[in-house]
Amino acid sequence: MADKDRPWIMRTYSGHSSPEASNALYRQNLARGQTGLSVAFDLPTQTGYDPDHVLSRGEVGRTGVPIAHLGDLEALFDGIELEKMNTSMTINATAAWLLALYVATAEKQGADVKLLRGTTQNDIIKEYLSRGTYVFPPGPSLRLTADVIQFTVEHVPEWNPINICSYHLQEAGATPEQEIAYALTTAITVLDTVRARGVDGDRLAQVFGRLSFFVNSSLRFVEEACKERAFVELWDRLGKERYGVQDAKLRRFRYGVQVNSLGLTEAQPENNIVRIVLEMLGVTLSKKARARAIQLPAWNEALGLPRPWDQQLSLRAQQILALETDLLEYGDLFDGSPVIEKKTRELADAAWAEVEGILSRGGGVAAVDSGTIKERLVASNAARIAAIERGEQTVVGVNRFTDTAESPLGGADAILRVDEKAEEQRIAAVEAWRKRRDDDAVKRALEELERAARSDDNLMVASIAAAKAGVTTGEWGDTLRRVFGEYRAPTGVGGARTPELGDSYAALRERVAKLEKSLGRRPKILVGKPGLDGHSNGAEQIALRARDAGFEVVYEGIRTTPRDLARAAVDEGVHLVGLSILSGAHMELARQTLSLLAERGAKVPVVVGGIIPETDAAELRAAGVAAVYTPKDYEIARVLSELVEIVERTAA
Amino acid sequence: MTTRSAVSVARAISLVEDRRPAQEPKILSLLANLAKSPNVAACRRVGITGPPGVGKSSLVSALCRALRAQGHSVGVLAVDPSSPRSGGALLGDRARIVHDPDDGDVFIRSMASGGHLGGLARAAGAAVDVLSAAYDWVLVETTGVGQSETDIEHVADTVLLVIQPASGDMLQFIKAGILEIPDVLAVNKADLGEVAARAGAELRAALEALGTARTPPVVHTSTLTGEGIDELVRVLAEHRDDIADLSARRIEKSAQWALRLFTHRYGELGVDDRGGPSALRAELSRLIASGASSLSAVAQLAPR
Repeated sequence: MADKDRPWIMRTYSGHSSPEASNALYRQNLARGQTGLSVAFDLPTQTGYDPDHVLSRGEVGRTGVPIAHLGDLEALFDGIELEKMNTSMTINATAAWLLALYVATAEKQGADVKLLRGTTQNDIIKEYLSRGTYVFPPGPSLRLTADVIQFTVEHVPEWNPINICSYHLQEAGATPEQEIAYALTTAITVLDTVRARGVDGDRLAQVFGRLSFFVNSSLRFVEEACKERAFVELWDRLGKERYGVQDAKLRRFRYGVQVNSLGLTEAQPENNIVRIVLEMLGVTLSKKARARAIQLPAWNEALGLPRPWDQQLSLRAQQILALETDLLEYGDLFDGSPVIEKKTRELADAAWAEVEGILSRGGGVAAVDSGTIKERLVASNAARIAAIERGEQTVVGVNRFTDTAESPLGGADAILRVDEKAEEQRIAAVEAWRKRRDDDAVKRALEELERAARSDDNLMVASIAAAKAGVTTGEWGDTLRRVFGEYRAPTGVGGARTPELGDSYAALRERVAKLEKSLGRRPKILVGKPGLDGHSNGAEQIALRARDAGFEVVYEGIRTTPRDLARAAVDEGVHLVGLSILSGAHMELARQTLSLLAERGAKVPVVVGGIIPETDAAELRAAGVAAVYTPKDYEIARVLSELVEIVERTAA
Repeated sequence: MTTRSAVSVARAISLVEDRRPAQEPKILSLLANLAKSPNVAACRRVGITGPPGVGKSSLVSALCRALRAQGHSVGVLAVDPSSPRSGGALLGDRARIVHDPDDGDVFIRSMASGGHLGGLARAAGAAVDVLSAAYDWVLVETTGVGQSETDIEHVADTVLLVIQPASGDMLQFIKAGILEIPDVLAVNKADLGEVAARAGAELRAALEALGTARTPPVVHTSTLTGEGIDELVRVLAEHRDDIADLSARRIEKSAQWALRLFTHRYGELGVDDRGGPSALRAELSRLIASGASSLSAVAQLAPR
């Protein structure tokens, strides 16, 4: 069929354990018909630490591939021609570094850098708001972003230097209007930063044309289709009105998608494959607002890391929609539909009003730094969870139709296990790398990096030189941390309003008040996230609701160590410690926390929440953890009721 | 100091927070013992207040770092409001105070206001007494809502008010009489440049217009660049050094605090029973001057 549209780029977000293991996985996925790569990095790589750093403990190779230096990236792309590949990298705080490694690797392969195609996510603002893998304060972070943009527009013209993410905002509970508004606010913040450096006219139009987006798509696929159409319209308007982009082609809204993980359930997980397919409709049905690239999560994502077969099933879903159905044979199905137009108008107007509000109050960075956007997201998420708890929002298999036959797909442990030895191996590998390199060249490269950081020079140049000299991810990160300092974003939990809570909370408050009488003071709990995992939505909701139940809650936020938490538990005199870990590092981090608490003589119960397979949960309980919670425990009131019981039992 | 002593400091604060009647004798004897510590007189107590969002926690974090670099030990008490709906509280300041968990010379405790006394927690005064016996500097941080700006006077030698540029708070402060309270002012977020400088100038003008006996110093600080932090430490230390009769001042403030506690516990009728606020305060002062803690003075004057 000659006039059929070309399918979108099909990717699978993957990477784990080691560069070699991930390379094998990539080659296998490409052989199965994947048309682009989507690299998942582990948390130490995302936050600029080497595998042997204290904060890396338990995290190496968990959520993605560990990349400590040029040799690792070469191994990751061994036998994959970068000149012909389209590679998306989910990398933000250290995006400049990974792009430097990518360029150096491509050069070593003999590729023409001008032809490299792909994307660096590079959106730091949504890290402050939801994903948590930021490192530096807003100012230097935006400078790094702008450095990458200016470098690629000049030297790697086919590259998407930033993928502005509304995806993670929806995962954090954003409504469609909020998703559009905050993504556009981020784009404005980035473009204004670039413009303030003297980039204007045609140059600025080129930059505008290279900005792409990474959006989310939920089960409400009609609304999602309208959301994408609203995005198309507003982006075009922004280009024309604010940045004077004349060429309509450069004002096109280009976006990739990972469909919603928020709606995937741990209960009856096979239903998720149906959900994933429906979520894909919102970003494919409308031709004028169709995604350029799609990656789908796996059906068992709420249980743990997907296996190759699980990923294959998601890839096949994409291929069937693109190649077996007649979707790509038609023009836009929605043009002229009054229903779609009305909804699109509503979303666009509401989002635009929100954008104008933020701009009038001092812009995107101010809204992040003051915590206002974060507070709204936390409140939206609280409202969403409350609707599920009260049964106003149906989740099949969770709050309705919970009766199920035995699943033949294997138990909760039908997931990929990261090699427990991976961390040790990576530590040994980075030590060997440091021994092999020319120390003087490394020292000179780091001195030059520091000099560039203290000046206005584009950091890409010094980063590429450092990559070639054999500098490690941790050395690059430490150098810039020294120059720029570190940052802790507002948690948003203090000021967030919670929805009206029902009778279950009145009963909880009474029990907590009674407990206060018998303890002599309010029951006090510590909630924190040890390790590098920045997905704080769950911890935030527990903290918020615990307060609403009457607990005093010390919220430690993200990126703490077991040592920090043990000390905090002692200083604060808490009655219970709650750890939230979604990265898979729960065994190591929970064990460490338990032993440090014992060492400091604090006899407090510890509970753990996260993506935790049942066998691990049993092991944690055997090690002394009082309770383990997973995504299937969606009724927060019930979780809190158990926490009250645990304190009643242990603190008396 | 070791982190081991942090354990006993933490336990002592948990004890003074305990409201079971059976614990009162234990609390009173603990406070009486702590008052004998030679550290108490030397300790510098700073109350830090200001509207939400001005960067108080980051400033406390920066002060901690600067004080530790100068070799001083620091105890921090961060007070957050309780939820009027549930009685619970979210205590999130600790997350923004960066410190080494193995450093025994820095101690951070969060406390909920409990909603009893408007701003400060009932146990805040006693907790400050505990910290004063153990650390060189004690920083008490409260969010400026309701009474806390005025309450903080009772438990600190020096009150620091933090404001941020372009917040429009100035007029509110003047109206609420808050500008009459601080001994030192910090205009935070000095990295904002001109706006910050303008805020400083406005503030000085407002202070002079008040015509108080002594115009408090104004320091420009930035936790991003580190600007003004060392100067702030110096100005805070100077204010404390300039207090002519520290012990008389502390007795006076403790008596004020004790009067607040007494009123909260026994109401106006209880106060009248003791001859009204002035007479009662004089009596409380007398007890405190002879070595009683605020709590113990209140206990001794309980209505008959």
